[in-house]
Amino acid sequence: MQTLIMRDVFIEEIYRRMRANKRIFFLSADFGSPKLDKLKRDFKERFINVGIAEQNLVNVATGLALEGYTVYAYCIAPFLTMRAYEQIRINLSLQGQLKDINVNLVGVGAGLSYDVSGPTHHCLEDIAIMKALPNLEVFSPSDWMLVKGIVEHSLRVKKPKYIRLDGKPLPQIYCSLKGFKIEKGFCELRKGRRVCLVATGMMTHKALQAAQVMDCGVIDLFLIKPLDEPALARALKKYEGVITLEEGFVDSGGLDSLVLKVINRGRARPRFMNMGFGQRYVFEMGSRDYLHKLNHLDVAGIIKNIKTLARP
Amino acid sequence: MGMSDKKLLKLLEDKARWVKKETLRIHKLANQTRLASSLSAVEIFTVLYYGKLVRFYPKNIRSEKRDRFIISKGHGAISFYPILADLGFFPKENLSRVCQEGCILGGIPDPVIPGFETINGSLGHGLGVACGIALALKNKKQQERVFVLMGDGELNEGAVWEAIMFAGEHKLDNLILIIDNNKACMLDFCRNVLDLAPLDEKFEAFRWRVKEVNGHNVEELYACLKGLKESAGGKPKVLIAETIKGKGVPRLEIDPLSHIKNLTPEEAEALIVDLE
Repeated sequence: MQTLIMRDVFIEEIYRRMRANKRIFFLSADFGSPKLDKLKRDFKERFINVGIAEQNLVNVATGLALEGYTVYAYCIAPFLTMRAYEQIRINLSLQGQLKDINVNLVGVGAGLSYDVSGPTHHCLEDIAIMKALPNLEVFSPSDWMLVKGIVEHSLRVKKPKYIRLDGKPLPQIYCSLKGFKIEKGFCELRKGRRVCLVATGMMTHKALQAAQVMDCGVIDLFLIKPLDEPALARALKKYEGVITLEEGFVDSGGLDSLVLKVINRGRARPRFMNMGFGQRYVFEMGSRDYLHKLNHLDVAGIIKNIKTLARP
Repeated sequence: MGMSDKKLLKLLEDKARWVKKETLRIHKLANQTRLASSLSAVEIFTVLYYGKLVRFYPKNIRSEKRDRFIISKGHGAISFYPILADLGFFPKENLSRVCQEGCILGGIPDPVIPGFETINGSLGHGLGVACGIALALKNKKQQERVFVLMGDGELNEGAVWEAIMFAGEHKLDNLILIIDNNKACMLDFCRNVLDLAPLDEKFEAFRWRVKEVNGHNVEELYACLKGLKESAGGKPKVLIAETIKGKGVPRLEIDPLSHIKNLTPEEAEALIVDLE
């Protein structure tokens, strides 16, 4: 099992696809990684750095997509989703209802990936605000193997999408994509008794760590929208308690609201708890693990909540 | 000017008058429509379409061979409705039902209307999207052009300048921007809000080719646009069309608040009669 940075796998995958498919553009808002050098060099016409201009990144991507191209618009997640939100709303969400627009917004730096850069670079709102937009698919993978599956999906499904990638190396969770359908949206990584953790992105790793100590279920939810709600309801039916785990603000329309909605549809309502960040930005300095701990999102905090919820 | 040019000029003048009349008629029936903004662009629409400077295919609106026309100042496109109907994009009956239940024509046009390429109710998006289209056409080695109509008030939007920088940098010489320089935004004359004069120098600084024209003179408009369409030269092109907001309606022409002023049905009717 390999530990890799999602964006590196993403760029390699796109590079491979761009060799075979001349109808792909890769746009960046002056954001890159060493892995991007080869792509820049080999596709001078189809790699464009639009400059530090997220609004124009989305607009230019839209124009290319209207002409039939598949476009990847690559940027730091908070700036992509929040600086250019209206461009995304008008040109992708609204327009995506009327036309095929294959623009893939690829935001790097989910949650606290950019821990020490502070709250301007943290991204704790994106799931909520992107899932509020009709006609847009929202992906939140937990490992690089899923990223490969998402790239395959992104070429096939000609709709606007938001793909939030973690910025730090993360261990592999999924062995392979054989027989795996990314459209299913979630995977029950571990079955357990009484309590189930529903997590997305890097928090799935924390959930798995907690599950090594406590006997609980773990569901990795990587397709936020569209969500197969009946399937998730079936998976959660056997649990007495459900805890959501996200690197995002709680009670703000993120993962927790999705799961709560699914739970509320069922007849037997499990006890529910949502873990994430409260209504304050994280100005404290330190590593991601340290910041998680400060906000009770570390493994100990998760275990404590599992115990609380499992109590009869 | 040759004989055929004279015929074309007469056609453009007649059509411009007819478009004005139809625009007033639409406004008379649907006074939610933005009349003043639509009147400043009448000759621009007329020359582009009846002068056949924009290539279009009403029976095959998505034809790869069409020129792409992006109307970024969507609210000011009521005067484009009669032209599209006249040229066969949709039945003329729609013109008497603007803003009514079930009609495709609203106060601000969407791409559900044949002939409109993009969504442009929110200002400042059109030029950036047009840059992407222009880039795509170049990549596909297609000769078609991308025309964009933008208001001068719209130039206040920051995203517009991101696109202006981009077009100059990428030498998008298949892109022709027309500024309907009608000098008023919603609450005031533009110069009292954010004065962008001299506008030509700003575009030149970003490596655009600039031309200026009287935007109500169809002969000059035609000559300028034809020249810009046919030239290459490695630079995006902008035509600054000097226009008057509310052109042809004396009380709107001098009113800094013309954007939000409506005519009474009687006022509109009197102007229609004058044009007949």
